[in-house]
Amino acid sequence: MTEISNILTIFFVVAGIFFLLIGSIGTIRLPDFYSRTHATSKSDTLGMLLIITGLIIFEGFNINSGKLFLILLFILLANPIGAHALARAAMNSGLLPSFKDNNKKEDG
Amino acid sequence: MESFFLYSAVILTAIIAVPAYRVIKGPTVFDRLVGTNAIATKTIVLICLIGYVFDRIGMFVDITLAYAVLGFVGSLTIAKYFSSENTNFRYDDRDQ
Repeated sequence: MTEISNILTIFFVVAGIFFLLIGSIGTIRLPDFYSRTHATSKSDTLGMLLIITGLIIFEGFNINSGKLFLILLFILLANPIGAHALARAAMNSGLLPSFKDNNKKEDG
Repeated sequence: MESFFLYSAVILTAIIAVPAYRVIKGPTVFDRLVGTNAIATKTIVLICLIGYVFDRIGMFVDITLAYAVLGFVGSLTIAKYFSSENTNFRYDDRDQ
């Protein structure tokens, strides 16, 4: 039983670290503020949910896994709300997203 | 199993160093805030893994919950502060 839970924990943690790595690479590779927000908010949320799910499976059923489940619920709500608030602040501040069509209109 | 959590924490620390490039180099102030948000949300997972490395998860999970709540409130406050029409603060390396 413990071997199965260990294998599931290793699988979930490795998958979560993979998604966190993808989100970090997207933060430095993408060209625009809004695309960077897009990359880092969704893939970071998914990676954190996977890692904490793996830790809950490793922990079993006690008070610590309940607290980890509360952290999971809070992250699932708070991380997209924070990213959305930041993107709305940038849009209210007048920061325009960059499209290819804008350059084409300037050329024509 | 503790060595697996230790190696995961080390790899996650290396991943946390990647958005610091965006914090230092970002052209607008919102890019820097995206970088700090990415670092803060990865730190939540890192504290959980450090709790399993030290075998004191009952203490570290409370620290993680408090850190998550404080980071969320701080992020919302900074977003509300920068959402004004005044755009002089946006490119903070404009003079160079």
